[in-house]
Amino acid sequence: MTDTGPALVSILRQGSQLIASIHTALDDTQMVRFQQDLVHQIGEHRARGVVIDVAALDVLDSFGSRTLRDIAEMARLRGAATVIVGIQPEVAFTMVTLGMDTGSVHTALDLEEGLAYLGGAGGQPSTAARARSAQRR
Amino acid sequence: MNESDTGAVEFAALDREDEEQLLPQLVAHLREHRSRLRQEWSGRIQDSHLLSSMTPQEVGAETTSVYDNYVEVLETGSVEALQHYARDLSERIIPRGVETHEVVGIVLLLRDVLARSLFEKYQDDFDLLNRVLDAYEPAANRIANTVAVSFVDERERVIRQQQDSIRELSTPVLPVRERLLILPIIGVLDTERARQLTEQLLRGIRTHRAKVVVIDITGAPDVDEAVANHLVRTVDASRLMGASVIITGLSPEIAQTLVTIGVDLSKMNTIGDLQGGLEEAERLLGFTVTRADGSP
Repeated sequence: MTDTGPALVSILRQGSQLIASIHTALDDTQMVRFQQDLVHQIGEHRARGVVIDVAALDVLDSFGSRTLRDIAEMARLRGAATVIVGIQPEVAFTMVTLGMDTGSVHTALDLEEGLAYLGGAGGQPSTAARARSAQRR
Repeated sequence: MNESDTGAVEFAALDREDEEQLLPQLVAHLREHRSRLRQEWSGRIQDSHLLSSMTPQEVGAETTSVYDNYVEVLETGSVEALQHYARDLSERIIPRGVETHEVVGIVLLLRDVLARSLFEKYQDDFDLLNRVLDAYEPAANRIANTVAVSFVDERERVIRQQQDSIRELSTPVLPVRERLLILPIIGVLDTERARQLTEQLLRGIRTHRAKVVVIDITGAPDVDEAVANHLVRTVDASRLMGASVIITGLSPEIAQTLVTIGVDLSKMNTIGDLQGGLEEAERLLGFTVTRADGSP
């Protein structure tokens, strides 16, 4: 992230998976920074799966959800499956009420579920995840 | 007397003087002829077929209290006691099925009966009659108004209370198996209920860590466009939280409605009945159900 101030997003590596936790609401610039950072790191760590944890967010605007969708698409192009986890009930409902398009990004309840979807910590994305990813293409 | 009098200062002064003399006279008259006027009133109530859901004894008892309260308000000029009584009366008669027009009707009849008796009493002195009516009418209107408002208030309170309890009962989110929720919808789904249902479902998904939700709408008689769209959004929102939704029990009518109004149903996973929905949900979750004796 930025060189100054505390990190707003932590990107951790676990095996072939990246876990990105967003700690606080990000503005548009920060969101773009996060996107660049993550897409960059996917190649660096040869990641096969990405979990983006948004549990700390109590609001997700249209730019935010579009960026998340873009990240998932870019990650796919870089060879990694993406799953977004921890969307709060209120956030989920607001997103659909406002008609935000989240595309075909996979979602899961929490980090544990997200990792299970990707095929367990450290492992390869499960066949199911890859099959679904391929199906979407 | 009341706020509207403050506008016309001169008249108000006159009125007050008149009232001070006339109202006690009026009250004395109504007390004196209490049983005759009350009977006349009861007769009029019967003729108009009001309060038909109550027995004659009940009508007798209530009309006596209403009459006494009425006269008391004329005497004291304070509607507080009447308000109290009207609320209490409403509480008693609403469950009996007494309608608003009946309550308003009987009070207006009483107003009429008493006014007529005043006509008779003062018919020789037209000027005095006029002034008596001037004193009587605002008070009588106020009484009619008070009773009607109290009744409607009480009725609304009952309706609100019932609505609340229906709402509380109407959208149960039930855990069936590990990570499987079932949400039976029974009764008419209006927009408010649909909103509440979504809220409870999303919260339920979080609490029970649900992966699959079966929404069964067998018990919903009708679904309009707004509610259908709401259902679609609920499915989307559940998906965002990582749960997949299976909708079961779409009636032929609802299926026709949904297709006719053109709701986007492409993301809806529907299965004919609840049994099928549960089987599919179990399959998604990796459960297999076998009979204990091993037979298929």
